[in-house]
This record gives sequence, C-alpha cells and structure tokens, in this order.
Amino acid sequence: MGAMAAAIDRKLSAALAPARLVIIDDSAKHAGHAGAREGGESHFTVDIVSAAFAGKSRVARQRMVYGLLKEEFDAGLHALALITRTPDEAG
Amino acid sequence: MSDVANRIKEEVTTNDVVLFMKGTPVFPQCGFSAAVVEVLDHMGVRFKGVNVLVDPAIRQGIKEFSDWPTIPQLYVKGEFIGGCDIVREMYETGELEQVFKDKGVAVQQAA
Repeated sequence: MGAMAAAIDRKLSAALAPARLVIIDDSAKHAGHAGAREGGESHFTVDIVSAAFAGKSRVARQRMVYGLLKEEFDAGLHALALITRTPDEAG
Repeated sequence: MSDVANRIKEEVTTNDVVLFMKGTPVFPQCGFSAAVVEVLDHMGVRFKGVNVLVDPAIRQGIKEFSDWPTIPQLYVKGEFIGGCDIVREMYETGELEQVFKDKGVAVQQAA
C-alpha cells in the first residue's frame, strides 16, 4: 500500500469505524490525464460500509469522507469513486 | 459573495440543468465527466455544460461554492445533486428521473 492509500485507510478507519473498507488505486487507468501525478496515487475507488452513514443523504455521506480527506486532496489526491453504505444497506 | 460565486450562482439559476465538467458535452476530457454526460444524454435531458478546464476561477470556485472537492458537479434548478457516483446511482435506482420530474425538467427517455 502506498503512502496515500495508507493515509486514506488510517483516517477513514479512525473516524468511521468501518465494518468494511476497501481501497483500490485506480491511478493507472488515469495515466496521462491532467489530474494524474508522477508516481500515481491520485485516483482511488473507496468502498466503505459504516454505521456512521445511517440517516444521511448521499451528498452528506460523501461530504463526510471528503472532509476527512481534506489534507490528502490538498496533497495531490485528485478523485475518488465512492461507495458509501450502511451495514443494513450492504446486507 | 465573490465575483466567481456570483457567476456560478447565475449559471445554476438561469439554466435548469447545469453540469460543471472537464471538457465539453461533445468532447468530455475526463471519464467521470463523460459518465454523467452519458446519463443525461440517455435520459434526453437538455443541460448546459460548463467546461472548468478553460476557466481556472470557476474550477476552484465551484469547489468552494458547493463544498465539494471534485468535478463533475450536477445542478438541477439551482440545487447541487452530486458528482459522478451519486448521479449514476440515482439514475440506476430511478431517483434521478424523479428529481427531474419533481423539478419540472423534461425527460425524454428512449423506450
């Protein structure tokens, strides 16, 4: 796991106590694109199952995640494909 | 409100459906933007595409306007709906069509 993925893992784990957290580095798929960086770690898919999302809209859930990763966005994280579900929704 | 925030506000209030995106509806320059264009085209919804790549002030300003750090961003009648994941998910569940109907935006889905 790269440094960016590790930071995402650490921050989301600490704040959301996820029942499931899968982080996939998609950066290679975006190579050459304006937001891609040397060394990758710019684009990720993050699948999170957390009770912290209960009762929150999709926009509110993603804002929570973006808020937790503000430093990472400032440091070169460019885009996340987010799946944000509660344990009930994940089944 | 700053100049750029005023410009954004004007875009999203004078146009029913606005997509802030990278590239243009005809030539999207980012896979996430392209995916949203595809959904809107498929639904037959008329929208205005705003290419943030040609306007750095809008590119930064839209992130602050919506408190959302990524592009694309879809607005319907002035309301922020979401980015690519949310639009796709709402399209799949039928919620997006409902949003357009509730807000009085014409949808001409192919049979």
